[in-house]
Amino acid sequence: MSDFTSNFWSYYVASVALIGIIGCALFLWNHGSAAFAIGKTTGHAWDEDLEEFNNPLPKWWSWLFYITVVFALAYLAYFPGLGSFPGLGKWTSVGQYEAEQATAAKAYDPLYEQFRKMSIPAIAKDAKAMEMGQRLFRTYCIQCHGSDGGGKEGGFPNLTDNDWLHGGTPERIEATIKEGWQGVMTPHDFLGAETVRNLAHYVRSLSNQPNVDPGRANSGRDAWIASDCNTCHGSDARGNPDMGGPNLTDNIWLYGSSEATVIKTITDGRNLEGGNTTNNRMPAWGAFLGDDRTKLLAAYVYSLSNK
Amino acid sequence: MSQEKIEKNVGLLIVVIVLAVIWGGLVEILPLFFQESTTVSANGVKPYNAVQLAGREVYIREGCYNCHSQMIRPFRAETERYGHYSVAGEFVYDRPFQWSSKRTGPDLHRVGNRYSDEWHRIHLRNPRAAEIDSNMPAYTWLQDVKAKNGVGKNIEAKMQALSLLGVPYEQDDIAGAHKALGDLTEEDVLIAYLQGLGTALTTFK
Repeated sequence: MSDFTSNFWSYYVASVALIGIIGCALFLWNHGSAAFAIGKTTGHAWDEDLEEFNNPLPKWWSWLFYITVVFALAYLAYFPGLGSFPGLGKWTSVGQYEAEQATAAKAYDPLYEQFRKMSIPAIAKDAKAMEMGQRLFRTYCIQCHGSDGGGKEGGFPNLTDNDWLHGGTPERIEATIKEGWQGVMTPHDFLGAETVRNLAHYVRSLSNQPNVDPGRANSGRDAWIASDCNTCHGSDARGNPDMGGPNLTDNIWLYGSSEATVIKTITDGRNLEGGNTTNNRMPAWGAFLGDDRTKLLAAYVYSLSNK
Repeated sequence: MSQEKIEKNVGLLIVVIVLAVIWGGLVEILPLFFQESTTVSANGVKPYNAVQLAGREVYIREGCYNCHSQMIRPFRAETERYGHYSVAGEFVYDRPFQWSSKRTGPDLHRVGNRYSDEWHRIHLRNPRAAEIDSNMPAYTWLQDVKAKNGVGKNIEAKMQALSLLGVPYEQDDIAGAHKALGDLTEEDVLIAYLQGLGTALTTFK
């Protein structure tokens, strides 16, 4: 509260506040000190004989007002309120927040301490840790991955099937949560609609989908090689965890397995929509969660497919 | 000053009433216009571009503020869930701000960049598809209206008005505003608005 453009405003705030309080006190004193007299009126009459008594406030009532005046002055002395004067208590909302954070850190640190030296697979076997991990998962992860970790169609991976885009080792899971991932499926519309369709047939033939045209699949295989799909999806299309290219030989699909969906995936890619790259992405949670919680979460995610 | 004198002199009565009414505001509201934390944008907060501004109009029109706040208070319980608490300088281009006062749904101030566009699309069309227990209504009609014909019809005039209020828009931005909306739907522009929310102090990159 001390970043006024000029010092004037600090004095202004302090004086208006004090004048208001002192004004109230004087007003109260002026009226409260009037003597009580039976029949004393304000001195004028409406509608011929309608008059108003001019009695002072009851003593207990005016004392309540005096108490509020004293309270207001004490409050302004202790808390910031009089312009740039920080108050005798030096209270700030940020200071209170930081104290709250420090108290919490003190309380939770011993809890996390025991997990710091444990390996992720060992944490995954610890019932208490998994209870904590599940709470964290339900707070931060279920919006995309589902409350059971089962994911959903539209680019939200299932975390329970032991099929991994970026590797399923404890270290890879932890790194994925911490640093996030940006999927790299870019548009391939430049190949032309016919080639894309052939590619779709080939890709769908890899996991034995229904309605695959063997002729198209064959041509698609040539296009696969010509277009270097291997780079991201691996030479046998079994995925490349370093690029995040999914395994295309299993029947696990991020965006759906229908011919139309696969054609759309190849044609438009899965990254760009409306000129930005928020799609096809796992956000980096490291800065938000910190190391301790990231590790617990990694262990929980690991436990989902390593019972 | 006797009661009689005040009551029988209308001019004096008006002055005294006005003073009584504005006294609190003189100290609580007026100085905020002369404080850096409330008037200077925080940490590189930029004015909404035409697309985001149109999205903000959708947000207001659909009454999102009735259930969603955009104000993360400096309490641990809030920052653990949403991220860094809100600071005044983040709202300098919000006219009016969308702080809201009720959370039927979660706070949205740091929702920017946290989910993908695709997630928002799924969620807006059928919130149950993203969150099984959600009681948010589905906003299916947003995908059917082009923003330039709907909420962005008068986008240049809106930007001109904001510019008069001190939002630093370039004249080129204002002139090109309608064109910037292109063929985007109201759903698209709303998502663009949401993706920009609170990103100045976010931990999500």
